[in-house]
Amino acid sequence: MSKQRIVVVGNGMVGHHYVETLAATDLDVEITVLGGETRPAYDRVHLSEVFDGKKPEELSMTTREHYKSLGITAHFGDPVTAINRDSKTVTTELGRTFVYDKLIMATGSYAFVPPIPGKDAKHCLTYRTIDDLGEIKASAKGVKKGVVVGGGLLGLECANALQNLGLESHVVEFAPALMGVQLDEGGSKMLRRKIEGLGVHIHTGKATSEIVEGDEHRLRMNFADGEHLETDLIVFSAGIRPYDQLARDAGLEVGERGGIVIDYHCRTTDSDIYAVGECATLGNFIYGLVAPGYRMAEAAVSQLTEEKVSFAGADMSTKLKLLGVEVGSVGDAHGRTEGAQCYSYCDENAEVYKSIVVSKDNTKLLGAVLVGDTSEYDTLLQYMLNEIDLPESPEAFILPSVEGAAPALGADALPDSAMVCSCYAVTKGDLCNAVQEGAHTMGAIKEVTSASTGCGGCAALAKQVMDSELLKLGVEVNNDICEHFAHTRQELVDIVRSTKIKTFDEMLEKHGKGHGCEICKPTIGSILASYWNEYVLKEEHIALQDTNDIFLGNMQKDGTYSVVPRVQGGEITPEKLIVLGEVAKEFDLYTKITGGQRIDLFGAQLHELPTIWQKLIDAGFETGHAYGKSLRTAKSCVGSTWCRYGVDDSVGLAINLENRYKGLRTPHKFKLGVSGCTRECAEAQSKDIGVIATETGWNLYVCGNGGMRPRHADLFASDLDEKTLVKYIDRFLMFYIRTADRLQRTSVWLENLEGGLDYLKAVVIDDSLNIGSELEGEMAINIENYQCEWKTTIDNDERLKRFNHFINSPETDNSLRYVKERGQRRPAREDESEDVIRLVS
Amino acid sequence: MIEDVIVDDWVKVCETSDLIPGTGVAVALGKEQVAVFKLRKDEAVYAISNYDPIGKANVLSRGITGSVGDKIVVSSPLYKQHFDLKTGECLEDEDASVKTYAVRVHEGGIQLQYNS
Repeated sequence: MSKQRIVVVGNGMVGHHYVETLAATDLDVEITVLGGETRPAYDRVHLSEVFDGKKPEELSMTTREHYKSLGITAHFGDPVTAINRDSKTVTTELGRTFVYDKLIMATGSYAFVPPIPGKDAKHCLTYRTIDDLGEIKASAKGVKKGVVVGGGLLGLECANALQNLGLESHVVEFAPALMGVQLDEGGSKMLRRKIEGLGVHIHTGKATSEIVEGDEHRLRMNFADGEHLETDLIVFSAGIRPYDQLARDAGLEVGERGGIVIDYHCRTTDSDIYAVGECATLGNFIYGLVAPGYRMAEAAVSQLTEEKVSFAGADMSTKLKLLGVEVGSVGDAHGRTEGAQCYSYCDENAEVYKSIVVSKDNTKLLGAVLVGDTSEYDTLLQYMLNEIDLPESPEAFILPSVEGAAPALGADALPDSAMVCSCYAVTKGDLCNAVQEGAHTMGAIKEVTSASTGCGGCAALAKQVMDSELLKLGVEVNNDICEHFAHTRQELVDIVRSTKIKTFDEMLEKHGKGHGCEICKPTIGSILASYWNEYVLKEEHIALQDTNDIFLGNMQKDGTYSVVPRVQGGEITPEKLIVLGEVAKEFDLYTKITGGQRIDLFGAQLHELPTIWQKLIDAGFETGHAYGKSLRTAKSCVGSTWCRYGVDDSVGLAINLENRYKGLRTPHKFKLGVSGCTRECAEAQSKDIGVIATETGWNLYVCGNGGMRPRHADLFASDLDEKTLVKYIDRFLMFYIRTADRLQRTSVWLENLEGGLDYLKAVVIDDSLNIGSELEGEMAINIENYQCEWKTTIDNDERLKRFNHFINSPETDNSLRYVKERGQRRPAREDESEDVIRLVS
Repeated sequence: MIEDVIVDDWVKVCETSDLIPGTGVAVALGKEQVAVFKLRKDEAVYAISNYDPIGKANVLSRGITGSVGDKIVVSSPLYKQHFDLKTGECLEDEDASVKTYAVRVHEGGIQLQYNS
């Protein structure tokens, strides 16, 4: 039998998921993808992040090359214009024809624009695709004011985007309330209060009767109630409509409110045509969220296999952050079920609103609304989905925590069918099976089940399930980093990445307890720095830093500090070397050459540090981060520029790499080495990242270490050009940051990494987790935000105040005692009382 | 020089704004070195000796603050032992406890009590 020909029309998130799911089966099929947009599938859910500085290509979910490697034929930018059911073919705009055995419609939806006179004027736009974003940006250039028509979820996100573009932003909603679909009246009011507090103007209950030319701004919206609003641009985001014209033309049945009618098998009225995602309608309902779309895609794929699954609708509960405001909606939020009763709690001071809807007999949860604080969302969702019996006083879920409050739902209370990870449809039962089969760490669980590798939002619950199952198996585990956070470093990274939390206080409030300590504070400080790379001495970060990071020097045994400027690649001009000597002499600093090819100056007192660094910075030096868990040095040999044996420019590469990764905060310090030939004079194989030149390109070694437990680095890839080399190192480092434990050097990390070196190669080189571009993007953010912390500090008077031994006196520490040895001073030992020098300042 | 404003036997040692929540500062109280801490905004201030008896250096004001169980502590920046900010007790070594000082917030300033 010849291969079954599958043609997928549309390459949005759901269409792409269908293709990926189908390609992962062992079915012998020939897949053709026909995308209307010029781009392969991208993440539309995070569209607004493009306005926060994300590059459009970072949203992409696949590439042409990837499809090619899967043996899939894909054409983009050539929309399908007709389906011919008799000949079982589709025709495109460019006149191409494709034959199908099964046709999958994943055409998605378009932004609905209400039929208002003037809606087609210039600067009236929609918000749906990457191309739309470009038009919004262009239209917003140089103007002051923007209006979003539509106060739903997308509309508010769009209002946020306009604000990020620097516009005064307004939301015009026809209905009396914001997010009327998801929120009840109280929740909607609180949301409005919070959003208005952020400077967005809200106009509800406004019907726009026409759009005309404006006086002060480009456009003027006239409302039915006689009022008007002037604006420079209008973005319509008043809901979506399914793209179902193709299906209509082909005679397929469509729903009353549009959408291709499907059955539980996602089949349309033609049994060879399926429809999935937002273009489809089941029971006259259109599922406008991505998770149900994915479930439909999986159900549709399964129809081609022996194990058929059906799609019988999906839960539309949702949790999100809109303009920084947490909003959650669970199940029947409006209490429309017969006999439903509602409990609500409103705190206008803290700006928090919570309500729950329970069944007539008060035993089951039907729905909930959370605004301002969604910490109970997961618990409430599980109660609703699994119809768990409510405790006697369900109101305790939404009241501020007092003695006797209802505890969060433990993993044990969930039935095996409970969905823990909705991105990858992983149930509690799946997780328990994985644990029983030997997955005893979150890393292993993720590998086996994919749980919490999507949005990461279920990490905490998944870990609870794992721990509880381990306990049942009699395995005792505690990987908590300290008593304040019941999480591993890796889980904390997932939390930071998925929730975009930017301060320790917020982490502690939401995910921890107590006041923190010397373990969790620097760990979280480092994670925040790895992802957001803000100045480490910003007021909200300063208390997280070890003293070394606060004073940007390494504290020595007597409480003084060392000064280590960066000497990229170990290359230094005589002029700079003289400056180092002069500074050391002026402040009488003990001077030593380090193993990393730079110069360490010891014995500087707090009040001397700024003056010393000012002189160094004036001479062109920058901080060497010798105090941080970050890049130390890139050691190099002199290479082909001078050496008779050198085959490439190792100094040049070392300098480039050191400049690229300087300042990057990592779980532990890391070192680089670059050798110009295989004689390996830079000892690159004892570094976290070692590079050795060969006649045919650079060889990359990883995870070496000197120190207490020496380890030779492993050969990772050979004969690389510089661009590929840098790409691999970018990915390697960000993956290390994402997955290592606190204070775990790359050598130990690799030894603990399940799958070892081969797994690491698959992730970095073959991009097996499909996170390569994400990791590179994270690195790009770091590089872009690099600053010499010493330079920032010297320019900041408030920070400089801390560089005194006493806050209330210019006196210095009078307990410091030194002796001279071999011409330099060193701290005196306790038994040394003769010849002691006391410092006078 | 030292701006000692003596009211009763309380001495103003710095402004409250000098204390960033979660961090400490060292202040001179006569010949003594005192480490003053504030944990979070609007919360109590603490004062103990600045001298770390284990590391033998005047560094406690530069440690990381936090909690161990219900005890509020600072961890020495040298060898990480914890000192209870309320009692001065060293949690790892009871022989290494440090002196505490009476401290209060008064009219926007931090005050220490002489001979406390």
